[in-house]
Amino acid sequence: MTGIPILSILIALPLAGVLFILAVRGDAATVANNSRKLALWTSGIAFVLSIYLWADFDPSTAAFQFVEKHPWMPDFGVNYHLGVDGISMLFVMLTTLLTPLCILASWESIKTHVKEFMIAFLVLESLMIGMFSALDLVLFYLFFEGVLIPMFLIIGVWGGPRRVYSAFKFFLYTLLGSVLMLLAMLAMYFDAGTTDVPTLMTHTFPTALQPWLFLAFFASFAVKVPMWPVHTWLPDAHVEAPTAGSVILAGVLLKFGGYGFLRYSLPMFPEATVMFTPLVFTLSIIAVIYTSLVALAQEDMKKLIAYSSVAHMGFVTVGTFTLTVQGIEGAIYQMLSHGIVSAALFLIVGVVYDRLHSRQIDDYGGLVHRMPAYAVVFMVFMLASVGLPGTGGFVGEFLVLVGVFQVNTWVAAFTATGVILGAVYMLYLYRRVIFGQLTKESLLKMADLSRREAAVFLPLLVLTIWMGVYPTSFLDVMHVSVENLIQQFETALAAADGTALALR
Amino acid sequence: MSLAQVPNLIPALPELFIVCVAMALLMFGVFQKQDPASEAQTTKLVTYLAATALVLAILWVGMVSEVRAVGFGGLFITDPYGGFFKVLVLMASAVTLYISQDYLKRQGMERFEYPVLFLFAVLGMMMMISANDLLSLYLGLEIQSLSLYVIAAFQRDSLRSNEAGLKYFVLGALASGMLLYGSSLIYGFTGATNFDALAQALGHAEHAPSLGVIFGIVFLMAGLAFKVSAVPFHMWTPDVYEGAPTPVTAFFAVAPKVAAMALFIRVMMGPFGDLIAQWQQVVVVISVLSMALGAFAAIAQTNIKRMMAYSSIGHMGYALIGLASGSEYGVRGVMIYLAIYLFMNVGVFACILAMRRGDRMVTGIGDLAGLAKTHPMMALALSLFMFSMAGVPPLAGFFGKFYVFMAAIQANLYGLAVLGVLSSVVGAFYYLRIVKVMYFDPVDETLDRPLPRELATVIGIAAVFITFFFLYPPIVLTNAAAAAASLVGG
Repeated sequence: MTGIPILSILIALPLAGVLFILAVRGDAATVANNSRKLALWTSGIAFVLSIYLWADFDPSTAAFQFVEKHPWMPDFGVNYHLGVDGISMLFVMLTTLLTPLCILASWESIKTHVKEFMIAFLVLESLMIGMFSALDLVLFYLFFEGVLIPMFLIIGVWGGPRRVYSAFKFFLYTLLGSVLMLLAMLAMYFDAGTTDVPTLMTHTFPTALQPWLFLAFFASFAVKVPMWPVHTWLPDAHVEAPTAGSVILAGVLLKFGGYGFLRYSLPMFPEATVMFTPLVFTLSIIAVIYTSLVALAQEDMKKLIAYSSVAHMGFVTVGTFTLTVQGIEGAIYQMLSHGIVSAALFLIVGVVYDRLHSRQIDDYGGLVHRMPAYAVVFMVFMLASVGLPGTGGFVGEFLVLVGVFQVNTWVAAFTATGVILGAVYMLYLYRRVIFGQLTKESLLKMADLSRREAAVFLPLLVLTIWMGVYPTSFLDVMHVSVENLIQQFETALAAADGTALALR
Repeated sequence: MSLAQVPNLIPALPELFIVCVAMALLMFGVFQKQDPASEAQTTKLVTYLAATALVLAILWVGMVSEVRAVGFGGLFITDPYGGFFKVLVLMASAVTLYISQDYLKRQGMERFEYPVLFLFAVLGMMMMISANDLLSLYLGLEIQSLSLYVIAAFQRDSLRSNEAGLKYFVLGALASGMLLYGSSLIYGFTGATNFDALAQALGHAEHAPSLGVIFGIVFLMAGLAFKVSAVPFHMWTPDVYEGAPTPVTAFFAVAPKVAAMALFIRVMMGPFGDLIAQWQQVVVVISVLSMALGAFAAIAQTNIKRMMAYSSIGHMGYALIGLASGSEYGVRGVMIYLAIYLFMNVGVFACILAMRRGDRMVTGIGDLAGLAKTHPMMALALSLFMFSMAGVPPLAGFFGKFYVFMAAIQANLYGLAVLGVLSSVVGAFYYLRIVKVMYFDPVDETLDRPLPRELATVIGIAAVFITFFFLYPPIVLTNAAAAAASLVGG
């Protein structure tokens, strides 16, 4: 395993790209053009490198791989500690895949401050990769929070009319959740004497402390996921962010929360997890049903997809807290497929927005007559979002439901309603935008997908179908890690029960 | 007089050096020609010499404060703890002196007393940091304060500057009075003014300390809280910050605060360290109030200097968390916090000094509108400072907060820590507002460019430090750890 420090390279590469972009000189048009190309190249190389990560990954062990560990703050025993397991590796891949696509998607839609936009995006990529591969609490927090800065700027500078409000809301909501997590991390440090994640996973925290720690982490992750009722920043942020911003927000940033539950809450606070599972189930069911209904009533395409994200992430939290192999694998799978599908859906909205500068559903209709290729792409992703068998969305939702049926039938029944409601609002959206007569004057000159746009959608299309048809290639990677997670969880719980009994 | 009676001067050599330089420069200035042209010449020369003296003193302090040494019959102490803070004070003063020049020239304030007063103020601060007796404490504090009162009113033809100086003087005198009253009570009830003797007298008492001592401590704390501008003794801060000439505000925001905080910690942790149960709650309360007021009151400000005043009140609240925890972790946290605070504040004030249209300074937050378009590098640096002040990682400001909160958690001050992080979220709002104005708002009227070279240099260095601190935190951590150990452990 001790070869080249591939994770550090993946984190540093986008930053190197930033330096190159900073060095670009010339008149405005040249600078913009070269920045785009440099950003695409850097993120492209990062993606190729991450394929090497996948190829070299050993799915037969649950141990962390590609581990790097160097002293960072020796006075406190804090290390620069990186590594991935079967869960986080897939998220690293998702990040490196979506970033170049986002850059490609903003090729023409970002017209002002192109250089700065590309810099913000590359910094964002670097922080996201770091966040998924960090194995030290302090390092994790650094990346987790650092993401706020570039995202704040992306929404605020290149966003829509209400961008300032949305950027502030996004920043302050997320910050409020995470500062409490920071305090919990410090409390953990003093209890366990280390901030090393693998060590903390095996450390047993006192029963009295666990609920507080869990709630502090929950405050942070629930905002990020986002769970009802702290989801309200998401529709605002999505609607106002530029297309690429929405894509990365839905595709990767929302996964921070789900990943956080899996990496921190479950293994570190098993007793509190059991204690709070009913709460999480309740909030998730409300999220699934309520936000689906809200999505149905939306007039703005991006807002509709944003609410559908909240509903889909409800599946993720339900699956995670079933604490069954199927449930957790389903949750991870759902996150990955949602990462691709919702990203694609935002890109789809972006395509028509670039042409007409409107996101109102009423402004469209009958697009199939002018844009057949677009209609096909839209259909595939719409159906993937609904969870049609043969697409990635189906596998995730199915596994989650299998998992939750073993735990609680009522929860399963309510969650399953979400699948039906999901079909209702997505099909309704599709009908209003794509079908019908092409009557609106403004739509008559709409051009079909350009070559560049097609290039953006093609990999996502392939992946969605691949994930739906042959899920094993992804499930195999995560399987051992997930089993190990559950095993650890149950051992910790049994040990805690044992001490509780002994005390009686 | 036999040789044994000569006080041990070795520990105080850097201070003696500063005194000598200050007096020599004063004499030099007085005997120069008084016409405006040569006065400008003199000021420039004196400023450079004063700055050089400060830089030399940094090196000297580094050499003499390796070990704990007491001089002047126990009145004066040097230790790594004092050394750390002295370096911060000297650095802050040298840099503010350096960035003042352009301002002095443009405002027609080129008088050689300015750098000389700076040197005297720095001398007072170094005395404060090294005080080991209630008397030398007061002496240091007054040398510093008297120089600062004059510097605040240095722009003689400006009403606001005069008002600031007068206000600072009147309220400062009140605080000094309280401090003296507290000292006299403590002396009356313990019979000692020396810190070591006080620690002896108070540490080994079998019964609880007498009410008189506690009253004395509270009065002493009130005086010191005034100097660090902690709520409820903060009222002077916004007015003085706004009224004083900008480079003076930059000076006020860092060096005196650092010195007063060093003194505060030495007094509380040293002679009164065993009475922590008595004073901890007081520090917790002023810390919470400072953080909350700093966060909420800054939201409504439209003047950036006033906003920075409230911001500094808030920052002192965070630093006080470290003192409230009363442990080695806490002292270390405060030291790291203040070291980072120095860089952020110096950077921000260099940016404020660069806000100029033609021949007038502008200080409105709205004047920064669209800075990202007209001055991209300055906007980038200022937003880095703002994110850092808000405590967003990976910037340095986060680490400052991280270590004080760590101390609070270790001392089981959970409530204080939670209130602290919550007010940091409120505080984030107004720091972000500056970023918003620079990046999201359209250009209204552009500021002058290019920036004076010395400002650009300082902004650049501060920004690089703030941004890349996370790569190698031990640069500050290791020194702070050793220094904190010398105070608490030794």
